[in-house]
Amino acid sequence: MNDSVSNPVLSVDTVVKRFGKTVAVNGISLDIRENEFFALLGPSGCGKTTLLRMIAGFEVPDGGSIRLGDRDITHDAPEKRPLNLMFQSYALFPHMTVWQNLAYGLEMESLPRGEIATRVDDMLKTTDLSALASRKPTELSGGQKQRVALARALIKRPKVLLLDEPLGALDKKLREKMQLELKRLQHEVGITFIIVTHDQEEALVMADRVAVLKDGSILQCGTPQEVYERPANRFVAGFIGAMNFIDGEIGPDALFRAGGEALACDLDGLQRNARAVLAIRPENITLKPAGSGIAGTVVDVAYHGLDRQLYVKTALSPAPLQVRVAATGPGVAAAQTGATVSLAFDAAACRLFQE
Amino acid sequence: MSSQTARSNLMALPAIAWLGLFMIVPCVIVFAYAFLTRGLYGGVEYTLTSDNFLRVIDPLYAKIFLTSVRIAGLATLFAILIAYPAAYAICLAPKRAQPMLLFFAVLPFWSNYLIRTYAWIVLLNREGLINNLLRWLGYDGEPLSLLYSEGAVIVGLVYNYLPFVILAIYSSLSRLNGELVEASRDLGAGRIRTFWRVTLPLTMPGVAAGGVFIFVLSIGNFVTPALLGGGRFQMIGNLVYDQFLTANDWPFGAALGMVLIAVMVTLLLLQARASARFSGETAEAKNG
Repeated sequence: MNDSVSNPVLSVDTVVKRFGKTVAVNGISLDIRENEFFALLGPSGCGKTTLLRMIAGFEVPDGGSIRLGDRDITHDAPEKRPLNLMFQSYALFPHMTVWQNLAYGLEMESLPRGEIATRVDDMLKTTDLSALASRKPTELSGGQKQRVALARALIKRPKVLLLDEPLGALDKKLREKMQLELKRLQHEVGITFIIVTHDQEEALVMADRVAVLKDGSILQCGTPQEVYERPANRFVAGFIGAMNFIDGEIGPDALFRAGGEALACDLDGLQRNARAVLAIRPENITLKPAGSGIAGTVVDVAYHGLDRQLYVKTALSPAPLQVRVAATGPGVAAAQTGATVSLAFDAAACRLFQE
Repeated sequence: MSSQTARSNLMALPAIAWLGLFMIVPCVIVFAYAFLTRGLYGGVEYTLTSDNFLRVIDPLYAKIFLTSVRIAGLATLFAILIAYPAAYAICLAPKRAQPMLLFFAVLPFWSNYLIRTYAWIVLLNREGLINNLLRWLGYDGEPLSLLYSEGAVIVGLVYNYLPFVILAIYSSLSRLNGELVEASRDLGAGRIRTFWRVTLPLTMPGVAAGGVFIFVLSIGNFVTPALLGGGRFQMIGNLVYDQFLTANDWPFGAALGMVLIAVMVTLLLLQARASARFSGETAEAKNG
């Protein structure tokens, strides 16, 4: 899938990478815009990290090319590429202080000592690390190490910053804080960010655009909203957010039928008289007064504070449907385990897939 | 004391007994001898004196001490210069091939020390393999006197202890987090600068361990200098040997031995302290 944009800062063109007989990256093409926050999202083994490592220069593609602006960097050594990578393990030099870690990249550019000192001190201020300048990495907490790794990559003023699971090693609270922090920082420094993550929430919160990868190919590339609301296929639908899947078929009358119910959905050019899967998110199902919708029995209720997740057994599918309802919504109080309820689907939010 | 520690103390008992009986007790005896007076035909007379230690700093013996330090130092230097690239090459080989390559590196070590040293006599003497080879290549001057020189001693020491140095450096190199090397490249350092700024500093504990090992074994060695060095006492080990077995001056031999042990222990302690400080840092980097 080629999602082309004008004047991309980085373009990946039908890049292929094999390890022995395994194809890690299978002809991926991507155009990244200037100042974009781009996420490569996928399960482990989908090729996202290999793609990132090829962009950074640590792996050489077996086919295709990578361009930075109008320069072909496919075969350039990592040190020759004006882009930087923030490693998942942070890879801070253990024998250097925070200050020396930051200065390292500038020393390699043979900048005058005075300029190096100014830029290191400025970057320490920006990332709120000034107090830690003379510490060794062993004396830092996980969150502090993460900030040092980020600062060390940013201080080089790269055209593109690559981040490999940058928040993976942090605990949940800190991760949520850092998601917004990273987004803010990206706006502030005006550098294109490409982030690799397996955490769909992270990708949706931070990225301007998301590419969903599986088995070395891009399944869908778009804004978080597009990917969430109009997933291109069943895998993307299931990988991003919670989703109910209902197996059934599309009748000659263009209605989707399953478990004795008929639902009107947007066919989107799918074949009639054929099997199909209907996907609907838990928040797009609502509770109705009894007798007016799809009948079901509540088998479980999970309390989430603001809203509740009901598990409702219906004739539509063997697995209970997940239904997300506001705690104050109509009929919620009565929806206890064992209660009989009626459900209505938001037809506009239903997606049909055929394999 | 918990039963756990009691049990582990019990298990350490044979080792402690062994060390006490054959290491600590002999050291104490040698230490005591160093303050006694020499007997006429070997042995000691029980008259306390510090003369033996004063003799150690006599220029004649101090010179032998310095020669020993120089020979051991050069052997250490050459061994590291050979072992580092060898260990690096083994680390670059595929993971599955590495144990085999290490096995080959250590292989010579499993043969007898004396045989290995005699082999060098065969190679280095005036009618030896190297001189024959040179003649075959067209050299027709005087045969080279390679044997019975300081150089021959250094060659012998390097050859004998090289496997230890390779193993020590390999263990440091193989534990180095590869992402640190990649990070250095990513930040703009080429291969060579990455080696000097990241790889070498982080593998110094291995270099130090291997270096101290060969230095300590070399400075006290007396077999290699005796066989390949020719001279009567070229190194401190030969001097000690001579005091006990030829000169019949046990107290002086004991004093020399104590000074040698003091030098070795100091080096080993320094190395242990440095590597303890360092290993904390590298382990941290590996865990992220």
